[in-house]
Amino acid sequence: MSALVINNLYKTYRNGFEALKGVSLTVEQGDFFALLGPNGAGKSTAIGIIASLVNKSAGRISVYGHDLDQEKEQAKCLIGLVPQEFNFNMWEPVVEILVNQAGYYGIPRKEAFKRAEETLKRLDLWDKRHAQARWLSGGMKRRLMIARALVHRPRLLILDEPTAGVDIEIRRSMWRFMREINRHGTTIILTTHYLEEAESLCRNIAIIDHGRIVEQTGMSRLLSRLNTEVFVLNLKSPITAPPTLPGYQVNLVDAETLEVEVLREQSMNGLFDLLSQQGIEVVSMRNKQNRLEQMFIDLVDRSKRQGAAT
Amino acid sequence: MTSWGIYRVAFQTIVTKEVLRFMRIWMQTILPPAITTTLYFIIFGKLIGERIGEMDGYRYIDFIVPGLILMSVIQNSYANVVSSFFGTKLQHYIEELLIAPVPNWVVLGGYVVGGVTRGTLVGIVVTLIALFFTDLRVNSYGLTLLVFILTSILFALAGFINAVYAKSFDDISIVPTFVLTPLTYLGGVFYSIQLLPNFWQQVSLANPVLYMVNTFRFGILGVSDIDVRIALVIILGFIAILTAFSLRLLTQGVGIKD
Repeated sequence: MSALVINNLYKTYRNGFEALKGVSLTVEQGDFFALLGPNGAGKSTAIGIIASLVNKSAGRISVYGHDLDQEKEQAKCLIGLVPQEFNFNMWEPVVEILVNQAGYYGIPRKEAFKRAEETLKRLDLWDKRHAQARWLSGGMKRRLMIARALVHRPRLLILDEPTAGVDIEIRRSMWRFMREINRHGTTIILTTHYLEEAESLCRNIAIIDHGRIVEQTGMSRLLSRLNTEVFVLNLKSPITAPPTLPGYQVNLVDAETLEVEVLREQSMNGLFDLLSQQGIEVVSMRNKQNRLEQMFIDLVDRSKRQGAAT
Repeated sequence: MTSWGIYRVAFQTIVTKEVLRFMRIWMQTILPPAITTTLYFIIFGKLIGERIGEMDGYRYIDFIVPGLILMSVIQNSYANVVSSFFGTKLQHYIEELLIAPVPNWVVLGGYVVGGVTRGTLVGIVVTLIALFFTDLRVNSYGLTLLVFILTSILFALAGFINAVYAKSFDDISIVPTFVLTPLTYLGGVFYSIQLLPNFWQQVSLANPVLYMVNTFRFGILGVSDIDVRIALVIILGFIAILTAFSLRLLTQGVGIKD
């Protein structure tokens, strides 16, 4: 069964801005799905409509087979949302925020306290349960948003830039947590500007631009379509001029750093053979640009060119 | 859990949250009306009132007691909902409710009952203070309680509508300052409209607060400037209109969605 089906979704704001122009999207049950797009592409509007925070202009949405218009309650009970901006009462104690949220889903207060304890412990926030939300650090506030979204045990969790502004250590612990809940069956939709995050976590991806889906496919399939990759090679000994490597574009960044553009049909073995023949030893290498980032830029550029042409 | 089960728990949650909110800040919510009303009783009731003599056959201090109680109820029911719901919007935690399976009427009901609870609590405090200054005898407990609750509901609804449209803190203070306070003061709290020239008596009849104050006064003292039955119909009519309008605003998402 599909966790989320969006069919021909349109949104025109009162000022006439068309944020969504017929978005259709399917996310399968148990998926870890990336919804990417540049700023203003329509991601947050789409998420807002799924979460009932924004009124749609047209289209249909169903969550685990429940139509969001006709079976609103059943559909809503299945969704959890971690929005981009902090949106809790800053003066309320942490535990109260969770207990109230559980109450809105019909979970009685006694049970809600149990759920709050369990969720806060999972997210290392139990020690802060009596603190007012405004006293938490940025990372803790992000985790509180995740805890609040999970307290009613949703089957579809939507994370809108969940790791924005948090340090790498917290980000990685949040990645571990997201993987774990996904492994336990929660479908996750993630939007992020950290493309390595999407590449590392997500199995499927949709790219939205100017209110339209410009790509929806599997992550590995998308990345396999990259025509070229640029590798940065760190050399053991300095060289004075770029070596001649037939078939490869080469750029000498400095005496010990070489950039080589490798086409999809070319092999890395061939490149290393040529380097060895010229007595150049490579001590380490990395992609110049994140692969998904490169693909993302290509797709968005293509979408812009198509938009300009029509 | 059935839909009704969800609604019941969600409603209880909103009401509990609202009550805890105003009780946490009781120095700002419960204490000030108690102090203000005490001053009204001392200054208008005792010091000035003893020189005024009787009004509608009652000592002046006895005459103003019902109006002062109801004025506190009006102001606090309104203030609770307008400030709480505006805060909910301003900090965006209204989204906690919008995403959840809570129908609009449960949201509205929860906030209104929160406002009515504060109005009732303040009304009880003011009534207890009044007992120090007057020998309060109630003509009709049923009518008194009915008007007390209906008035509180009406102004809680009005506060909700104000909060929906408000975009800044100025917007939530403009209506109480420039509309609510004048209507209350000119609504017969401190005088009988029989004292006014005929033209101003007719103008006063356009003030809805006049009907509530007089009906409440009738419930306590047994005297009123207007027909109590007409007053009840007007109050119920206003409640019906404001409820329908509030639900429409929530359905359209005015000031909340988009």
